[in-house]
Amino acid sequence: MFSRAYRVAITLPPLLWVTLFLLVPYLLLFCYSFWSVSPQQIIVHSWSLDNYRELLRVNVYLQTLFRSMWIAARVMFFALLLGYPLAYYLSFHAGKRRDLLYQLVIIPLWVSYLVRAYAWKTILGSDGVLNTLLEYVHLTKHPLEFLLYSPFAVVLTLTHIYTPFAFLPIYASLEHIPRNLVEASHDLGASPFQTFWRVIFPLSIPGILAGATFAFVLSLGDFLAPLLLGGPSGIMISNVVVSLFGAVYNWPLGAAISLSMLGLVLGLLFLSETLEKKWSIR
Amino acid sequence: MSATRNASRWLPGHAIAVFGFLYLPIVTLLVYSFNGTGVGGFPPRNFTLDWYRMLFSDGPIWDSVVNSLIVALVAVVIALTFGIPAALALDRADFPGKTLFRRLVLLPLILPGIITGLSLLMLFREAAVRLSLVTIVLGHGTALISVATTEVFAGLQKLDRAQEEASLDLGANYWQTFWRITIPNLRLSIIGAALLIFTLSMDEIAVSFFLIGRDNTLPLEIWGRLRRGITPEINAISSIIFVFSLVAIVSWYRLRVRAEGTAEVAAELMEAVVQGN
Repeated sequence: MFSRAYRVAITLPPLLWVTLFLLVPYLLLFCYSFWSVSPQQIIVHSWSLDNYRELLRVNVYLQTLFRSMWIAARVMFFALLLGYPLAYYLSFHAGKRRDLLYQLVIIPLWVSYLVRAYAWKTILGSDGVLNTLLEYVHLTKHPLEFLLYSPFAVVLTLTHIYTPFAFLPIYASLEHIPRNLVEASHDLGASPFQTFWRVIFPLSIPGILAGATFAFVLSLGDFLAPLLLGGPSGIMISNVVVSLFGAVYNWPLGAAISLSMLGLVLGLLFLSETLEKKWSIR
Repeated sequence: MSATRNASRWLPGHAIAVFGFLYLPIVTLLVYSFNGTGVGGFPPRNFTLDWYRMLFSDGPIWDSVVNSLIVALVAVVIALTFGIPAALALDRADFPGKTLFRRLVLLPLILPGIITGLSLLMLFREAAVRLSLVTIVLGHGTALISVATTEVFAGLQKLDRAQEEASLDLGANYWQTFWRITIPNLRLSIIGAALLIFTLSMDEIAVSFFLIGRDNTLPLEIWGRLRRGITPEINAISSIIFVFSLVAIVSWYRLRVRAEGTAEVAAELMEAVVQGN
């Protein structure tokens, strides 16, 4: 029913915009990662694999990458641990309160990222709310120093930020489970635990995969929480990139790290998609 | 049925604990914005409105608020201008590279902001464009096309094409049909998307971080102050932002429920992004 002219008119403008402002920039990132920077701080447009060799040669880059992945893995784990039972409760047990509780989960999702990271900083600091509370009730005599400027603070803050991200797709997948499957399982004599483990859980795996991917990928690339709360031991890979684009002024090396990160992210998305297809009933 | 009873005992407890965790920082922030003795220290004491007074006479903060409002408004216009046709294209047109196009549009939603920010920084550098609020607007607009596209695409799935067909049969051209039939039918999705894009742009920091020129947006102004040392004035501005986000999100939720009968589109949207459906 739609003419060729109409289809061109709706396709061409967004296609051109997205090409110019998304595709070309990502390609530029790719190009930059093979260029270099001269001692006079001019970008040299000659092609080599030197940046990638540097990445593999200097330990600190790989170490920081692994630390970031370890932080992201912990965030993913805790986000699922908090998000899954909550989603399950809302979907199967919350009854009339479900709508209200759902709103309560998504509200923090849209509260400024920076505001929440800042709030944790005021809670965790050495004269912050938590430490002074502990002293007030005479549980500790001195501030607990590990609370702020540590990987702990980064994991805690990122878990706070990404738990709703993990919750949402899990909740959607639980809501998609036909309720008569659950009833059938009960009628055929399965215990509630068996029903959960053999019927509900397998059907919610696509949601878990999506939630886990979100939590892992978004915390992997984070650089603001580590800057604000991480201290020297909480530095993540994006912080290295930021300094390469700022004070250190080595854009090509920064681009090589970013591109490696992009490759990792796309690989995880592909993996998640493949696994999801395997587990999907659709 | 003892397992059910057990589950129904610990699940609400777990839910309460998670909500406590999610809301603890927000409550702390609000409470300490009235605290006379600084951002920490338990118990809060010396209730005061001084931080709000200080905030209201703080010129640079309000300049950055105005900048952020302008950026967010233009970002909404850009994202909708290209996001609505993109959703229509995904729904109704077949063209080579359609799959790549869809993935590319959605990518900024899942990609860490730093990658989108840096890529655009390189584009502007190669094109010798000076960094300013304009580059931030282009960044926000582009990254948030993803939100407009997914929301409008979801709306299109519920749209009855018969009305458009009738309009075309009765002699209206495509342009008239688009403005008089398609857009009005999608209005709830579009308003919902606009609200969401506006809020996300007001809060955005990872992309802006790299594209900032001389003028700060509000999150970047706050960021600058956080690095210099913190006072409850930041709690005060954060509390005000929180109240506005709350209003925006609750309105978005209501619209969502009216448009789709359910608010789960946001969740399905995220699932779709990861799974490439």
